[in-house]
Amino acid sequence: MSKMIRKRLVSLCIILFGLSILTFGLTYLLPSDPVEELITSMGGSHDPEVVAKLEEQYGTSRPFWEQYADWIQGVVLHGDFGISVKYNKPVKEVIAQKLPNTVKLACISFLTMILIAFPLGILSAVYKDRVADYIIRFMSFIGVSMPSFWFGMLLIWIFAVRLGWLPVAGSSSWKHIVMPTLTLAMGMSCSYIRRIRAVMVEQLGEEYITGCRSRGIGKMRIIFLHVLPNSLLAVITMLGMSFGGLLGGTMIVETVFSWNGIGQVCTTAISARDYSLIQGYTMWMGFIYVIVNLLVDISYSFIDPRIRRGMAQK
Amino acid sequence: MKRKMSLSMKKAWIRFGVLAALALLFLSFALFASVLAPFDPLESHYTDMLKAPGGTYLFGTDQLGRDLFSRILYGGKSSLLIAFAVTAIISSVGIVIGTVAGFAGGIFDNLLMRISDMLMAFPGYIFTIALVSFIGVGLPNMILAMSLTGWTFYARISRSLVLSVKNNVYIEQARLGGASNWKILIHYIIPNVLPSLLVNIFQDIGGELLTISGLSLLGLGSPPPTPEWGFMLSEGKDYMYSAPWMLIFPGLVILISVVLFNLLGDSIQDLMNPKESTW
Repeated sequence: MSKMIRKRLVSLCIILFGLSILTFGLTYLLPSDPVEELITSMGGSHDPEVVAKLEEQYGTSRPFWEQYADWIQGVVLHGDFGISVKYNKPVKEVIAQKLPNTVKLACISFLTMILIAFPLGILSAVYKDRVADYIIRFMSFIGVSMPSFWFGMLLIWIFAVRLGWLPVAGSSSWKHIVMPTLTLAMGMSCSYIRRIRAVMVEQLGEEYITGCRSRGIGKMRIIFLHVLPNSLLAVITMLGMSFGGLLGGTMIVETVFSWNGIGQVCTTAISARDYSLIQGYTMWMGFIYVIVNLLVDISYSFIDPRIRRGMAQK
Repeated sequence: MKRKMSLSMKKAWIRFGVLAALALLFLSFALFASVLAPFDPLESHYTDMLKAPGGTYLFGTDQLGRDLFSRILYGGKSSLLIAFAVTAIISSVGIVIGTVAGFAGGIFDNLLMRISDMLMAFPGYIFTIALVSFIGVGLPNMILAMSLTGWTFYARISRSLVLSVKNNVYIEQARLGGASNWKILIHYIIPNVLPSLLVNIFQDIGGELLTISGLSLLGLGSPPPTPEWGFMLSEGKDYMYSAPWMLIFPGLVILISVVLFNLLGDSIQDLMNPKESTW
């Protein structure tokens, strides 16, 4: 068990190292270099003295690895990503201000997703080929095929514009979080409903179900004590992966609902060519994603008795 | 029993035929946009701004008085073609890499799998966004970024499929019979692997279309006046009070095309392995 965690921690470090190289390396793909950009934005005098000074200040004339070493040192030790051009303050401050909102949105959506997907998925599997199953399957199929941001816009149109029950955009009260949460949770719930149904239907066809039945165990008991735990294993590995999709999704949802989070900041950073802010965003998102996946893996090994007792497959 | 099977197969073929015809119809709408569109998608009619659907303008007009129906047709051309292009690129690259890795094994296999581990360890969407924002906004860059992150999925699937086929007895027999590696790969492995990959490819087109419309909503696709479904929605959002049709039609078109391609993927799945029916 602890050996597994240690191994995972090592691979986590390697992944984060790769991510940092990619994120930092991307600045080298830039069509223009930052010093050039800065000079143009300040008025465009190409005084060689000024250029040299700026190059020294930004360190753009040094070799890649030296620059990378400096950058990563700042990132790891101080969480320092430099100055955001757009907000004119350290990227660190911008992130500290906005990231909690995004994490809040992602976590609440994740919980909502679970609360929607599990009951409906179970219902659909238990009542296979009955009316409830058909309705759930139809809805989830449409949900999977629908752009989630369009769903969000329709929610705004119905609940904010037409009915006036909820605020159109913003992030100040609990009312503001309802529609962004539903939007984020919708698409993902639908794919989970389909997945949970498929896994549970497969389990329900196994021989041990007949065994349980013949021993006179009640239907509810079989479903919740035998089928569900066995199905859970297949679903839980998906959860970590989808958290990444959720984080990516926050960017669009935040833009649609003007949610005061890091995703919206990053969208504006892209058009403003605020590269240090984009670097900060990518690193933080990657970091959260990797950590969540580690937690999922650990919880997976707690749930699966084969791994828990050190009897890992093969 | 046998008769029943063939009947369900027949049904599956009919379903496939109908869906394929519908998908082709949809595609030809987009491809022949220049012939079918009643107006120039970029032409503004300043006297007819935000006109409701019906009459001269089938789907109404937008804030600049441009015909929404024509814009949707032209938008389909770019949105659908990009979805096809991206799916074609990532599936062919991924399948070649995955097949070779699975077949050859060894260091090559190890290296490729580590690279794809690495790419899969990041949230793909965020990576795509970061990539586009660094190399610049625009269509070719969007396709490039989506391809760079997308191929790993196919590499993994085709690798595992090849591994499951590779150790079959008939492969060994072919080898004993003196078949070369290439021959085994082309005559035995690829024909066995391709059908299930085909299912994945068709099921993926809809997903790519959704990703593309999301990216174009964020303004990462082709720059504004060019009609694109995702971006049309972000414009529509600002006018939902006065012109809800700007919000409804582009979204509906995305929904319908994704539904079509998803159904098509499912029906191909039914044809390939009728036992695991999704219906």
